[in-house]
Amino acid sequence: MNPSKVELEAHCIDHNAKLVCLSRDPVCQVVFHFHGLLSTSQTQFSDCRGRSLDPCAIAAMDFSNFQAPGMYPYHASASKQAEKSYVDHPIMGPHSSSFTLMPSAPTTHTQYPYVTGTSVLGIKYKDGVLLAADTAGSYGSTVRYKSVERLKPVGKTTVLGASGEISDFQAINQMLEQLVTKDFMWDDGNNLGPVEIHNYLNRVMYNRRNKFDPLWNSLVLGGVKNGEKYLGVVTMIGVHYVDDHVATGFGNHLARPIFRDEWRPDLTLEEAVALLEKCMLVLFYRDRSAVNKFQIANITDGGVQITEPYALQTNWSLKAFENPTAGAVGSW
Amino acid sequence: MEPMASQWTEAPHSMGTTIMAVEYDGGVILGADSRTTTGVYVANRASDKITQLTDNVYLCRSGSAADSQVVSDYVRYFLNQHTIQLGRPSTVKTAGTLVKELSYQNKSFLETGLIVAGWDKYDGGSVYGIPLGGTMLRLPFATGGSGSSYLYGFLDQAWKPDMTHEEAEKLVVKSIALAIARDGASGGVVRTVTVNEQGVERKFHAGDKLPLFYEEIAPRPSPLRAH
Repeated sequence: MNPSKVELEAHCIDHNAKLVCLSRDPVCQVVFHFHGLLSTSQTQFSDCRGRSLDPCAIAAMDFSNFQAPGMYPYHASASKQAEKSYVDHPIMGPHSSSFTLMPSAPTTHTQYPYVTGTSVLGIKYKDGVLLAADTAGSYGSTVRYKSVERLKPVGKTTVLGASGEISDFQAINQMLEQLVTKDFMWDDGNNLGPVEIHNYLNRVMYNRRNKFDPLWNSLVLGGVKNGEKYLGVVTMIGVHYVDDHVATGFGNHLARPIFRDEWRPDLTLEEAVALLEKCMLVLFYRDRSAVNKFQIANITDGGVQITEPYALQTNWSLKAFENPTAGAVGSW
Repeated sequence: MEPMASQWTEAPHSMGTTIMAVEYDGGVILGADSRTTTGVYVANRASDKITQLTDNVYLCRSGSAADSQVVSDYVRYFLNQHTIQLGRPSTVKTAGTLVKELSYQNKSFLETGLIVAGWDKYDGGSVYGIPLGGTMLRLPFATGGSGSSYLYGFLDQAWKPDMTHEEAEKLVVKSIALAIARDGASGGVVRTVTVNEQGVERKFHAGDKLPLFYEEIAPRPSPLRAH
């Protein structure tokens, strides 16, 4: 049984206010959105059985409207912004979230990426779509983190892969999580598919770019809905397109040419995986930010499956590698 | 008459630093050096870079001293209120999420790398690395600061999963000592904090009691004074 997610909006947390989960579903996860002051009143949070809320749910809370008293004394007009439609949006909204330390300062900066992921590859095959990415998070030239998952499911029909700044990817995922939850709550028999998510992300990325405050990512979105296979890309400047095979970053230069030669629309799963692995190996040899630890996501009509990280067999035993400078001492 | 300003009086306080936290079976150990510099001058040779956020969650600070202090002050304030409302100790993940939100939403202003570590009854010992930019990653161990560059190779080889408390503490002290040996911005003493179900224990490993490494020598009376 799928736990249902219920969102409660607390507009005014008053003395002795009790926020109770109204869902009849005995297994439910309550997500709180706070609008207004979080005071030290007698507020209690309980689930549908009257038990106190699991504190882990706090970690999933949307903090974009959390207003700690005394956090920013100059923001008296915050309530007037309620009329604007984007003020609640965690990414599109003005960047005076309650966690902004200097709300008066301009928020329009082009930033620099710090922790980055490298290429993401995507191909359509006979029964669905495959995405591939390694698990490295680089910090400049240092490979600082070697177990970063850069492929994440979005709903039941799509997988999002990202290269670029990992913190921005985490923020995008948090935002999509809320989008999928709201979509689920409509309970109308519809759910957001890859086409809708692609368009949504394009809007987000392009509008951020226009404000000179980009999300520093190149995104690959692959999904299957109602038998239709979908594979698209959105970049940090809002460039977006769909294709039968895609890649980000270095993958564009090293993997796409191989795809152009060897891709066919009727590839079986085994052939498609072999093609991806061939490209990922080339990227490991030739991209300094890549590591030999990959994940592949397989999306079909039956759903989404992302493999555990695994490594490929490399080949260094070419005769030409053994004594390359024998004929020309000092060369490389 | 204005005093002459030189580079080291004007430079911002920075904690060059080596910080780390390791998860062991039953809790976490946080470790840090104790050097704070303004340019090339050592402003404080006995700083405490391991800051308490709650009874069960601690924070290792690196980078700009001011930025890391302001983040830790806000998070301590939030968690204090949160704990009162919740009625029980907050989780390490919640503390990490709050630190991450501040780091991420203010990424263009802040220059601080942080490690949040502690113990709670849901996840046991947890370590969260929150580098520049505001990425948050739960890790079996995390390092940070300028001295951490010298530890990647060492820890690739020396860290093992499922360490005991003694093994983890020895690893932390040795790692920070090695970083101090090579990083000019790290020095002084090694402070460790152990957080587990039973509570918190602070330890102090004096600079002259740390192991000696390559080309370092033990103190002794001057050769010219020997009889």
